[in-house]
Amino acid sequence: MSHKLFEITTLPISVDEVSHRVTSPAVGAVVSFAGIVRGINNGRQVRYLEYEAFPEMAEPMLAQIAKEIKARWPVDKVAIVHRVGRQEIGETSVIIAIASGHRQGAFEAGRYAIDRIKEIVPVWKKEYFEGGEVWIEGPEKPPESEVTRSDLTE
Amino acid sequence: MLRGTVKLFASVREAAGRSVIEWELTNGATVETLVAHLQETLPGLDERSDHMWIAVNRQYATLKTALQDGDEVALFPPVSGG
Repeated sequence: MSHKLFEITTLPISVDEVSHRVTSPAVGAVVSFAGIVRGINNGRQVRYLEYEAFPEMAEPMLAQIAKEIKARWPVDKVAIVHRVGRQEIGETSVIIAIASGHRQGAFEAGRYAIDRIKEIVPVWKKEYFEGGEVWIEGPEKPPESEVTRSDLTE
Repeated sequence: MLRGTVKLFASVREAAGRSVIEWELTNGATVETLVAHLQETLPGLDERSDHMWIAVNRQYATLKTALQDGDEVALFPPVSGG
């Protein structure tokens, strides 16, 4: 079992397991978010998704998101695990777990984390549907140098 | 001379037909120089050019970013994780 707080993995992931990575005696609440592979997208019947990542950059970006969260909300620990490779409908592609002494802020922090993942973390998904396949590409503008190396050293 | 690597991901990797390319450019080269150089040898990259995000040494960068010896450049489409 991995104890990494920020991880790109090819293995199946579970909310319970990732939540345990952030719990401690000081923690009174864990808010978790799970992203699930959806079987219908833009009216298409999806067969499965294939995720690809640049792990050496993606893991530091996940850590960057946790740093941004801690600057905004009084949370204790953040873990974010994104699975890559082929994933079937109903499987869990991403899990965010946010631990805090109290629940205040943790829900907002979770919402922020998934929004930021979709903005800055180098992960892509290809959708295989009945009759074809297509890369899903985000509409966002590039972050440019908004995230710098100095931000990544805690 | 400057030497380094460029990694390509997702639809950009498929358009180029390559995932890692070694590059060698003269001093003063920028990411823009590199992309223009790649497009000469990999025509599939041409139509991707205004749709690529850029990272240098795993930090987001732009076409204007100056390259240094040993840099690892990455070119990829807008991210779509989650």
